[in-house]
Amino acid sequence: MKAIVRIDLKQGVLDPQGQAVANALRGLGFDEVASARQGKLIELELTGETNVDSARARVEEMCRKLLANPVIERYHIDIVAVAPAE
Amino acid sequence: MTDAAAPPRNSAAMTLEDAREHGLSEEEWGVVLDRLGRPPNLVELGVFSVMWSEHCSYKSSRRHLRKLPTTGPRVIQGPGENAGVVDIGPGPNGEPQACIFKMESHNHPSFIEPYQGAATGVGGILRDVFTMGARPVALINALRFGAPEHPKTRSLVAGVVAGIGGYGNCVGVPTVGGETNFHAGYNGNILVNAMAVGIADQDKIFYARGAEPGQSIVYVGAKTGRDGIHGATMASAEFSEGEDEKRPTVQVGDPFKEKLLIEACLELMATDAIAAIQDMGAAGLTSSSVEMADKGGIGVELDLDDVPQREENMTAYEMMLSESQERMLMILKPGREAEAKAIFEKWDLDAAVIGQTTDTGRLVLRHQGETVCDIPVAPLADDAPNYDRPWTVPPKPAAVRTEDIPEPEDYRQALLKLMASPDIASKRWIWEQYDRHVMGDTVDSSQSGTDAAIVRIHGTNKALAITSDCTPRYVAADPFEGGKQAVAEAYRNLSAIGATPIAATDNLNFGNPERPEIMGQFVRAIEGMAEACAALDLPIVSGNVSLYNETDGKAIPPTPVIGAVGLIEDVGKIARIGGAQEGDLLILVGETRGHLGQSLYLREILGREDGPPPPVDLERERMARSYALGMHALPSPIAVHDISDGGIAVSLAEMCLAAGVGAELFVNVSEAQSGLVAQAPDTGSLCAWLFGEDQARYLIAAKPEPDTLGLLSAATNRGWEQGYQIIGRFSGDALKIADKVDIPLADIRAAYEGWLPAYMAGKSA
Amino acid sequence: MKSAVIVFPGSNCDRDAAVAIEGITGQTPAMIWHKETELPDGLDLIVAPGGFSYGDYLRCGAIAARSAIVPALKREADRGVAVIGVCNGFQVLCETGLLPGALLRNAGLNFVCRPEPLEIANANSRFTAAYQGRREVVFPIAHHDGNYVADEDTLDRLEGDGRVIFRYRDNPNGSARDIAGISNEMGNVLGLMPHPERAVDLLHGGDDGVGLFQSVLEAA
Repeated sequence: MKAIVRIDLKQGVLDPQGQAVANALRGLGFDEVASARQGKLIELELTGETNVDSARARVEEMCRKLLANPVIERYHIDIVAVAPAE
Repeated sequence: MTDAAAPPRNSAAMTLEDAREHGLSEEEWGVVLDRLGRPPNLVELGVFSVMWSEHCSYKSSRRHLRKLPTTGPRVIQGPGENAGVVDIGPGPNGEPQACIFKMESHNHPSFIEPYQGAATGVGGILRDVFTMGARPVALINALRFGAPEHPKTRSLVAGVVAGIGGYGNCVGVPTVGGETNFHAGYNGNILVNAMAVGIADQDKIFYARGAEPGQSIVYVGAKTGRDGIHGATMASAEFSEGEDEKRPTVQVGDPFKEKLLIEACLELMATDAIAAIQDMGAAGLTSSSVEMADKGGIGVELDLDDVPQREENMTAYEMMLSESQERMLMILKPGREAEAKAIFEKWDLDAAVIGQTTDTGRLVLRHQGETVCDIPVAPLADDAPNYDRPWTVPPKPAAVRTEDIPEPEDYRQALLKLMASPDIASKRWIWEQYDRHVMGDTVDSSQSGTDAAIVRIHGTNKALAITSDCTPRYVAADPFEGGKQAVAEAYRNLSAIGATPIAATDNLNFGNPERPEIMGQFVRAIEGMAEACAALDLPIVSGNVSLYNETDGKAIPPTPVIGAVGLIEDVGKIARIGGAQEGDLLILVGETRGHLGQSLYLREILGREDGPPPPVDLERERMARSYALGMHALPSPIAVHDISDGGIAVSLAEMCLAAGVGAELFVNVSEAQSGLVAQAPDTGSLCAWLFGEDQARYLIAAKPEPDTLGLLSAATNRGWEQGYQIIGRFSGDALKIADKVDIPLADIRAAYEGWLPAYMAGKSA
Repeated sequence: MKSAVIVFPGSNCDRDAAVAIEGITGQTPAMIWHKETELPDGLDLIVAPGGFSYGDYLRCGAIAARSAIVPALKREADRGVAVIGVCNGFQVLCETGLLPGALLRNAGLNFVCRPEPLEIANANSRFTAAYQGRREVVFPIAHHDGNYVADEDTLDRLEGDGRVIFRYRDNPNGSARDIAGISNEMGNVLGLMPHPERAVDLLHGGDDGVGLFQSVLEAA
């Protein structure tokens, strides 16, 4: 089983990297870019876990304890069942 | 000598065609066949091709590098090891210490991927230094970029600088100095040369030699992936099987792992568990194991299944040629494995015993139960090609007559333009991205505009001075004089602050050596450097050669960079560029003839790049240094700056900016005190006097005290026309030169500081 | 004065801090490896040093803040022992929750290393008393992620309670309200991005940092 954790800055927290990305895109002529926010994606391979709900609960705990800083960040978890190895 | 051992099983014999794809010539292939007595398999061919590559074998350069002086009373280890080792006398507890340093290029990778290329360049040179037992204490770098208006230049600058900072800052070694040039000649090939300096106790220096048969070979650090395996080899049969994904050829650096490696290795080195050690740089596992086997006169057997691997299904070939970063290979003394393991575990590092040393003199590799390589070690080193490539004597440039060079219409504008020109303008945008103070021993760095960075030898009152120098336009015009000049300028930069130059490293960046005119540049530059190093007692103790820096048949300007180290016995008695104070005398040391050939004045103001470079008189360099040292001996502090790019005018402006005080040339400075009068130029042309780039000169600021005046008049009385000349005084907040120039310092500062930030922000070319 | 410097993997100002403290207090600090779970008894000062703990991976200071030694650090802080987090140490203290807020990428995006003039915003704190009313000091900064953020309420509270200890004169990184250093509610925990331990020798560019350690020494 795989968990995909997306972490980005909370709305309202200044994101200078996202701003730089937006500026650069506009500089290249992509005038439709109103704004950009930059985050990160963490893929977790989970072993010995079969239940999606309990997996999600464990990953939630990981986010609270380490992966995200609630002062500035929010997170989103996707649990993906991986097909058994060929 | 032939090698009659049966070829390893289950591996196809290679052909001349395969050898060519690996960069071996037909002649080299013949030597391989002769030494093995059979065709090699793919792994064996890979090992030969790597060991006989230009990078590892120096096959085009070796015979010429021998011309460089490499010995001296302080030299403990010259070229041939990972880095040079020089005696620097007693450390904090009286124990003899050594300075260990080297400069190395990472040019091509930095052009392809500037951040990672530059970062891994820093990582590699740090490993060269700590592999020998030294704690790295300073980094500097010499950078050459294309013309500012070239579309790639801006992003290359940004990437390279971020990469150097990203790596050095994280590892925690201060980046204290460097140089940066821009020229269209580098449009297709930038140069990223990084130098690391470390300090070790003399009884704790580690070499590639020293291993004996029957010892464990330990791999420590990052896992091996398919990084940096050369693209040319990807076409071979064994390779294409089941492999359709394009392999990454860009190495990615992990400075955090490097920091752990430094600490773990130094901790292990404090014991006496290590017999020999090598970092895995270019050609990683191959060159590190062959080096230790060759230098120790032993054999090596590796079990590649035990190599920590980052990717699945790696072949023996891939493992042996991988250039994954942050890896070390060491040979432990018997019974010391547990001790080493405990230290690596403390630092969370992966380590594994991957083989044993033997008495066979052979390199034997096993993988998945099979012997995949079994070749003698000796030919890999002993029979490496050594070419005497044809070369032509570079043509001498036509002289430039001073009378034919127009004065600027407006001296004020000319000086401001020079101060804002890319090669002179402040590189603050660059060095503010480097941690210059970590480790707490930085006394002076790029921050002051100093001629040489100063790093205190921890726990003592001594310091190391470090500089890197090369003026490529001089070398391009006359490789011999240009080679001399690079050494002379390094010597001056160390001397200016009051250091004793002790040794140097070189980083020789040139085009394709198979072209006789490029080889001619190379040979003559080395000969010039050799002459200067011998005359100035500056032995070359380590170095790196980077050839084939060319694109579409256009070679870079020849760029032999000198990285030099000086010793300061009392860090309280240094002269700084910014030490001038209101009322100080401005003293010129050395003779001014007004040489404008290849000057920045010619290039930046008149748009010309012609003429010969300034000749370098090595005896005068020594004399000028002794004059400067005479001033250093004065009781009051002085400020000193070497005169180079842009001549007296630019050097003086730099001194004024660093000190925050103006200066006035040719005023009656000290009549009241001594009758000495600042001298007006005697060359006839004010322009040539101000902007000429004659060598062997310094500017000095000194207090108008009796000691100073006594020294000056004694010198004058003895008729030292190349000795001291008072040419003005420091005062006010403007730079004034006769009736030609009167510029507020603030305007000079704006020009000097303004160019690079504006350029990087996309506001100027 | 008895002190300790915590060493995380990737710390690189640990020795600098120790040298500075030894020079000022005359006593060598204990170097405490992050895998320890106890700190020595009777400490007057604990320093979380600068550097790149765990390579700044994930978030600066995040992984170090989950180290084995951190519970002991929190206990000592709760007992009132002086704690200074410098640069990466400040990031670690924020991640442990000992200090509010967080430090983001510099507004200019680049790493910045330069001598930085700072206003002493609270001259009576446990870390600034020895400056005797002096208003400005210069400490070097060297960081990529020094952009201090916290919600408006927290910022108001920090300012209202005199917990902003240092402010930038010329904000180098976009920090909210020019904040360079803050303390906890009890006033015994200081986090700051600039490096006082790099400003302890005139020969190396300045000695304005001495007063900070002197303040702790005098209060000990």
